[in-house]
Amino acid sequence: MSDDELIWRIAGGSGDGIDSTSQNFAKALMRSGLDIFTHRHYPSRIRGGHTYVEIRAADHEVQSRGDGYNFLLSLGDSFARNPQEDAYYGNEEIKPLSENLDELREGGIIVYDEGLISEEDVDAIDLEERAEENNWHVFPMDLRGLAREHGREVMRNTAGVGVTAALLDMDLEHIEDLMSDAMGGDILESNLEILHEAYETTREEYEFEHDLRAPEGTHETEQALLSGSNAIAYGAIDGGCRFIAGYPMTPWTDVFTILSQNFPDMGGVSEQVEDEIAAAALAVGASHAGVKAMSGSSGGGFALMSEPLGLAEMTETPLVLVESMRAGPSTGMPTKPEQSDLEFVLYTSQGDSSRVVFAPGTIEEAYEQTRLAFDIAWEYQIPTIIIYDQKLSGENTNVDVEFFDREPEPGLGSTLTEEELKEAAHDASGKFERFGYDDNERNVSKRSLPGQKGGRYLATGNEHSPVGHIEEDSDNRVFQMTRRLEKLDSIREELDEDHPSNQTYFGDETADYGVITWGSSQGAVVEAVSRLNEAGHSVKGISVSDMMPFPETEMTEFLESVDEAMVVEMNGTGQFRGLIQKELGRFGEKLTSLLKYNGNPFEPAEVVEGYEVNVAEEDREPTAQVRIEPAAGD
Amino acid sequence: MSAFNAIGEEREIDRDEFTPGVEPQPTWCPGCGDFGVLKSLKQALPEVGKTPEEVLTVTGIGCSGKLSSYLDTYGFHTIHGRSLPVARAAKLANPELEVIAAGGDGDGYGIGGNHWIHTARENHDMTYIVFNNEIFGLTKGQTSPTSPKGHKSKTQPSGSAKTPLRPLSMSLNAGASYVARTAAVNPNQAKEIIKEAIEHDGFAHVDFLTQCPTWNKDARQYVPYIDVQESDDYDFDITDRREAAEMMHETEDVLNEGTVLTGRYYVDEDRPSYQEEKSAVGELPDEPLVERYFDDDAEWERSYDLLDRHK
Ligand SMILES: Cc1ncc(C[n+]2csc(CCOP(=O)(O)OP(=O)(O)O)c2C)c(N)n1
Ligand code: SF4
Ligand SMILES: [Mg+2]
Repeated sequence: MSDDELIWRIAGGSGDGIDSTSQNFAKALMRSGLDIFTHRHYPSRIRGGHTYVEIRAADHEVQSRGDGYNFLLSLGDSFARNPQEDAYYGNEEIKPLSENLDELREGGIIVYDEGLISEEDVDAIDLEERAEENNWHVFPMDLRGLAREHGREVMRNTAGVGVTAALLDMDLEHIEDLMSDAMGGDILESNLEILHEAYETTREEYEFEHDLRAPEGTHETEQALLSGSNAIAYGAIDGGCRFIAGYPMTPWTDVFTILSQNFPDMGGVSEQVEDEIAAAALAVGASHAGVKAMSGSSGGGFALMSEPLGLAEMTETPLVLVESMRAGPSTGMPTKPEQSDLEFVLYTSQGDSSRVVFAPGTIEEAYEQTRLAFDIAWEYQIPTIIIYDQKLSGENTNVDVEFFDREPEPGLGSTLTEEELKEAAHDASGKFERFGYDDNERNVSKRSLPGQKGGRYLATGNEHSPVGHIEEDSDNRVFQMTRRLEKLDSIREELDEDHPSNQTYFGDETADYGVITWGSSQGAVVEAVSRLNEAGHSVKGISVSDMMPFPETEMTEFLESVDEAMVVEMNGTGQFRGLIQKELGRFGEKLTSLLKYNGNPFEPAEVVEGYEVNVAEEDREPTAQVRIEPAAGD
Repeated sequence: MSAFNAIGEEREIDRDEFTPGVEPQPTWCPGCGDFGVLKSLKQALPEVGKTPEEVLTVTGIGCSGKLSSYLDTYGFHTIHGRSLPVARAAKLANPELEVIAAGGDGDGYGIGGNHWIHTARENHDMTYIVFNNEIFGLTKGQTSPTSPKGHKSKTQPSGSAKTPLRPLSMSLNAGASYVARTAAVNPNQAKEIIKEAIEHDGFAHVDFLTQCPTWNKDARQYVPYIDVQESDDYDFDITDRREAAEMMHETEDVLNEGTVLTGRYYVDEDRPSYQEEKSAVGELPDEPLVERYFDDDAEWERSYDLLDRHK
């Protein structure tokens, strides 16, 4: 826990405009030279229910939430009292204050809107007493009154930002610039007035006894603040994708929305359709006709995509799907992250599965691996799935703008032109041998597109002959099936040889204890491993993105190099640990699991504690809501 | 220059071109109505000037789904009930393709019903042929959504307690801009209706009565049939929704009593197709989207140019 960082939490009702306020404040901090990581916590309702966004800002790279936080701006819940349903809601206005106190660090700052949250309510939660115990600095401010006086009540968020800036001794310049970008006219005037008024009042009214100040930092290069959903959408754009079909479902909707908003200006097509079966089937149809196409959903919607996914495998239709996991089973907890759809995504649909699955762990990886997904899908004519979750979807971090400065890759991979089709194999009647027996370099048989001269064939979900006719001959079956399955070996080879590894390594290379994780848990685990090493332990870590084809060599090397390893993942059954054992057929005795499925992502301290309980064999249960699964045979 | 030169090719077209030269031979049972659909397509396509390689035939699963094997065009034999979403995306990707979707009554009106309603509603520019044999053929004779009430099958041993679905009425209400019914036993009418459906700009739905002598023995062979346009007993305006709706309703009612009415039921030439509507709001490019992937001079937008909003 370091205090050279600011972890600012803005809490209110889910309707109080917390998202946009926090987005702008995060950008202001980024522009001031700090590295940023944001975490969004929200209930699955538009109004009613409390939400917060946490911004972690430091002069060094931040890859995850911190442990707890040190600045609370509690707006109170202005939607708590529904005039029609007074009795139903009761008094919830104070919840964005009362519910956030447990994780506030010692010495932290509390600002709350005393214009909304009443004194009696504050007394009732013993705030004064608790503040004393924890050495918190409490600043009640009439944000609502301030906003009303100079503008409108909804501008109280701006007042809150003004108070924050005053307490942290921040320059208002970046905040003002961002406001001027976002609004104009009277609205801008009022907001600026409120910002300054709040800033000045705070400085006049209070004597500062707190130590916390905004950290100072600089960036060498220009930065952009992006979410995982942005990164996936941008990877798709640069990968040449111009067709998306979908049906809304949290949290996948973000990617769908971003592309739907951008495609019209890029000559692309977005279709919101009747259900997810249709969504995936449309992506298959568009891809069949020659467009780089994608679809996606979250667990429940992805379940409906099972059969079209299998159709794409069988017909060797290139396809990219994204699956944004949330806590299951069934409707589960729609806005909470979990990594529990891994097995489902790897194997759903009838028959032996043959697909590629990547689980990016950071914003950069989300972009890279989505691009790669399009390359591979079109080169190898295979569905490629990006599996991520509500956590990666919504968290924002700063990325070097230069990172995105590269050429797009719209190529259609192993697709023939009409010219090339003239040279290709045809049967006696002139049908193109789309699934021919020869010339299948890297197990790929090149394809034609409807409308091309000389490319006529049948695509079918039935087993089929070279020209695509339904065919149950056993020799043909074995040939076609083997070739389709062995595409995965070719892809593994290509990934090992021609690309930098998708796996991320960290910690002490010489350690004989390993921590393994995958996907969006990466950031917290990287930070935990670094803390463990700083504390004198010797630990190395790997975060895996290649779920299928499995990175057998890399994983074997890692596991051979350690005596024991703990697999950290957000689910209740250790799905990735199971995958390691299935794929490698050994190491069961080396692997323990650290599991969490309470709806919140891992915090670094929980991983540190997991290690301590596990390795130092401290005779205690972990304090957090995590679970340790011992190694096989233990 | 187009990368798809089979499209719009002007030449003599022989109907034999639509018959696979080597294999396969149709495996439908003797006397099956599905032959009638195949035949009418083979006749209609050359007559409307379509070559095999500018047509994409997308089918579902069932005896009917085999159509794409026996009609020698580009084909996509998809999964049960999903021909329409695959077909309409192919059309959006390349609007110059002639897209024909086809499948059974179980496939289209049952498991794929949701897609049918929405494809009609959106008025996608394509032809949809439903082989309506009032039975599940391929799975050996179970009751289908159009089986008459009281129909006995292995899965409804005491006779179906369900009223059959009304394909024509539903299509009209959902938004189809061309709705017709024809029958395998009436090849001349079938060919003409298929031609009209192909040439129609919008969602053209043809409910094609195809007798299944193997599993639907008790059912009518759809003879004698009556063409509502030719018979003096019926007089209605196919461009008038209300009159069309009434005629459809009656047609669906009397089928179960043994009277087979066929013909054109509804035509709306004025309703823009979905492709036109989507272009009008600026969400469909003017050039076929696929062409761009073959255009070496195409400028591809990149995410780098979108970053201002994130700074
Ligand atoms: C998802 C799914 N469910 C069930 C089946 C089995 N099945 C294949 S065809 C069919 C029904 C066929 O009836 P219909 O669509 O009317 O076609 P027909 O054979 O009569 O032409 C069924 C239930 C399947 N292939 N896929
Ligand atoms: S089972 Fe019926 S529908 Fe199927 S091929 Fe035979 S006659 Fe035709
Ligand atoms: Mg049928």
